[in-house]
Amino acid sequence: MNYFNFPLEKVTNDFVNGWLLPNFSGFFDEISVILRSFIDSVTNVLIATPAEVIAIIFVLLAWWIAGKGVALFAIIGFLFIGSVDLWTESMQTLAIVIVSTVISVLFGVPVGILSATNSIVDKIVRPILDFMQTLPIFVYLIPSILLFGLGGVPAVIATFVFAAPPAVRMTSLGIKQVPEEVVEASRAYGSTPKQLLLKVQLPLAMPTIMAGVNQTIMLALSMAVVASMIGAPGLGSTVLTGISQVNVGLGLTGGLAIVVLAILLDRITQGITKKV
Amino acid sequence: MNKIEVKNLTKIFGSHPQQGLKRMMNGESKEEILKKTGMTVGVSRASFSVKPGEIFVIMGLSGSGKSTLIRLVNRLIDSTDGEVYIDGEDITKMDKNKLIETRRKKLAMVFQKFGLLPHRTVINNVAYGLELQGINKKEREERAEKTIADVGLKGYENSYPSQLSGGMQQRVGLARALTNDSDILLMDEAFSALDPIIRKEMQDELIRLQSKLEKTVLFITHDLDEALKLGDRIAIMKDGVIVQIGTPEEILENPANDYVSSFVKDVDRSKVLDASVVMKKAEVLVTYKDGLRVAVRKMEEVGASSIFVVDKEKNFKGLLTIDDAIRAYNEGIPMEEVLVDNVSVTSPDTLLNDLVGIAAEAKYPIAVVDEGKLCGIVSRVSILSGLVLGKEREVEAE
Repeated sequence: MNYFNFPLEKVTNDFVNGWLLPNFSGFFDEISVILRSFIDSVTNVLIATPAEVIAIIFVLLAWWIAGKGVALFAIIGFLFIGSVDLWTESMQTLAIVIVSTVISVLFGVPVGILSATNSIVDKIVRPILDFMQTLPIFVYLIPSILLFGLGGVPAVIATFVFAAPPAVRMTSLGIKQVPEEVVEASRAYGSTPKQLLLKVQLPLAMPTIMAGVNQTIMLALSMAVVASMIGAPGLGSTVLTGISQVNVGLGLTGGLAIVVLAILLDRITQGITKKV
Repeated sequence: MNKIEVKNLTKIFGSHPQQGLKRMMNGESKEEILKKTGMTVGVSRASFSVKPGEIFVIMGLSGSGKSTLIRLVNRLIDSTDGEVYIDGEDITKMDKNKLIETRRKKLAMVFQKFGLLPHRTVINNVAYGLELQGINKKEREERAEKTIADVGLKGYENSYPSQLSGGMQQRVGLARALTNDSDILLMDEAFSALDPIIRKEMQDELIRLQSKLEKTVLFITHDLDEALKLGDRIAIMKDGVIVQIGTPEEILENPANDYVSSFVKDVDRSKVLDASVVMKKAEVLVTYKDGLRVAVRKMEEVGASSIFVVDKEKNFKGLLTIDDAIRAYNEGIPMEEVLVDNVSVTSPDTLLNDLVGIAAEAKYPIAVVDEGKLCGIVSRVSILSGLVLGKEREVEAE
């Protein structure tokens, strides 16, 4: 079957090592610096705030948005995380999830809006999203280390690649689902495209967009262990240590803490979806 | 000047509308174009004009292009060819800002499925047009409250559309259109989604509001009875082409082709035709000056048992029977004193439906009087023949 003998491996390596890294390492360094300071400041705030304060804020938030049951779960969950001495690691993981989600939403919602309203953009974006979601994580994990170094930054980039597509897709879906007659009515009364977007399309698409954000958060959390492989601190590295030392107990402890965070974030964001 | 003037308006849906247009100009039919190019002719060279204060109805079955046509008028859909003048300005040539301005100030639209914003309360829906124009909250809510009261929804200001019945939702749609203060109302099958009783209520409501506010209304419907009831003039559409434009009477009396006549076949004519259509000119009249002798002779000449009395200006005075005339002549009583006083009188625009009741009671022909003048007489026979005339014509045609 080798009719064309396509040396993709060599071409890619030459491209990355011979052109991308020498010419753009400064550019990637700058992105790296900005992202690192973003991650660090979020982490610092979460760690510097007394654990009890954060726990209380979350419990109240859970109560207000998702009801008594979830609030009770939050109390038990946080007591557990504190009792197994994984508070700092949890906050580090939470910081990476927050930063990845913020970046994914900042990118995903506008792109989703564009692809809902412009069929050319839609045709370009769709295959890219498929690519982002199905390409094995490790394939882009290695280059992102090359470009951004070890630590939280490549972890956030990798998480972004994996977790942003639902934000784009669900935003686009939500806007396309707005009933045609409502859009027509707005246009018939002389709305500008911006007014149509802000007063009609976004408010009506909001539940679907929030469902996308929920998915983004879940995917970001599921990347925690992978992120730790490239040096991101947090619960993932606890699990990794457990695995590498064949310490089943440590692995389970870290894993359960991730599950606690996942369930809590899921219920709270789902609650927001229902509220809007 | 006409409020809306549509000239040779054409819409072809598909990948190369201009090619389709060329084919259409060369006389190819809608079917041929669809078969050869896969493109659909939505509207084909439609022309009509709507006068200020007129209710102009476009009637057609589904797929006739009527909904496309109304969307071409406010350019929710861009036309392929032709012009649409709103107050003399061609909307098809406007730039974006001018178009938005025209939609805000001159065109309000009511939709079949209401098109209300589900996340907004009634008052915020009704004030939506004003909000788009950047009018401040206080003023727009005041104006919205007023029209909400006008359409009879006072007290529902803070309800959400989903909490209202279909009829009430369409009242919200109507209020939203009225709040904008635009002269033109575009109504796209506005009442078609409503129950029959609510629909009739809304039709009456529209007629009431229209007579009060004197809006120019372009109304789309697939329901001929609705078209006949509301329309000052009606355009009948088939396959994207307007096949006939006329007043309800003209459409009923002179259908332009078989398609239109098959439509009007089953119409309840008594609710459309009025006294002026079936009345006969009163050829034999008598004045006071003629005297009783002349009156009796005139009645004997035509074999009538009664005669209408008018003055020189044809002002209606009353009815004289032959018996009374002879008695008065013998006893020397003046004509004024023997006129029948319980003659039925009606106006030319009374519907036959209402006239039937009067005719059933009346002993004599009914006098059709307009501003005091006698313009015709209606007998029971002429009402009946008016009602069945259309049917008779069809039988003859068959």
